Amino acid sequence: MIRLTEQPFDPGAELNGFCRDRLGVGAVASFLGIARGEPGQASALELEAYPLFTQNEIAKIVASAVDRFGLHDVAVIHRIGAIPPGEAIVLVITASAHRREAFEACDFLMDYLKSRAPFWKREFGPAGPRWVEPTAGDLADIARWDRDAPRGGKTAGAAATNE
Amino acid sequence: MVKVLLFGRLADLAGWRERDFGPGPPSLSALRSLVAAGNQELAGALAGPGVQVAVDLDLVRGEAILGAGAEVAFLPPMSGG
Repeated sequence: MIRLTEQPFDPGAELNGFCRDRLGVGAVASFLGIARGEPGQASALELEAYPLFTQNEIAKIVASAVDRFGLHDVAVIHRIGAIPPGEAIVLVITASAHRREAFEACDFLMDYLKSRAPFWKREFGPAGPRWVEPTAGDLADIARWDRDAPRGGKTAGAAATNE
Repeated sequence: MVKVLLFGRLADLAGWRERDFGPGPPSLSALRSLVAAGNQELAGALAGPGVQVAVDLDLVRGEAILGAGAEVAFLPPMSGG
C-alpha cells in the first residue's frame, strides 16, 4: 500500500491496521519520520510531489524491496503539502517472516525515499525558504544498497536503481 | 501542444509550474530551449546536474521525440522523507 496524503495521519492506527490478521508474518518493522521543530531550525516544511509519477516510482522500489528482502507486505504513507513541526511526514512498514529482512527493507526504503523518490522539500526557516537536496550522507546511505550484493531474488540486481 | 510541468526550484526560477507549448515542439532539446527562452538562470538550472526529465510519466535520458499532447516534467534533485 502506498499513500500520498495532504492530511495528518495516525501512525499507531496505521501500524495496528497493518498488523491485523496476518499469518506467516513473524516480524513487522516500521520507521516514522517527523518534522523537526528545533529552535532556530526550519519552522515549517512543504513537500511537493508529482502525484501519479511519485506513486509509480515508489511502487517500483517497493516491488524491488519485496523481491530483494522476501517481504510479505509493505506500507508507505507520505505526507505532501505543508507539514507543521511535530507532525509525521513518512511512515514505512515492512512485514516478513523474520526480523532481519523487515529491518533491512525498512532501512533500504527510507534511504530511497530520502534521495531518489520524486518529492521536493522546502524548509521555511528564519533565513527564508530553502529547497532541500540530498546531503552527502543521504547519497552515501543509498549507495550502500547499490554496492551491497543482493540477498537473492529474481530482479534484485536492479533493486536500488530506479533511474 | 505539449504540456510542461516544473517542480521545486525550477518552478521558482520560471515563475510558473505548468504551461502549454505549441504547436508541438518536436524534440526535448527544442522544448528545453523554448521553456528557458529569455531566462538564463532557468536555462542553466535545466541543464544542471541532477535534473531529470519524465515524458508521459516515464523517465527519459538524453533526447526524446515528443508526440502531440505529451506531458513533459522537469525534475530537479529529489528529496523526500
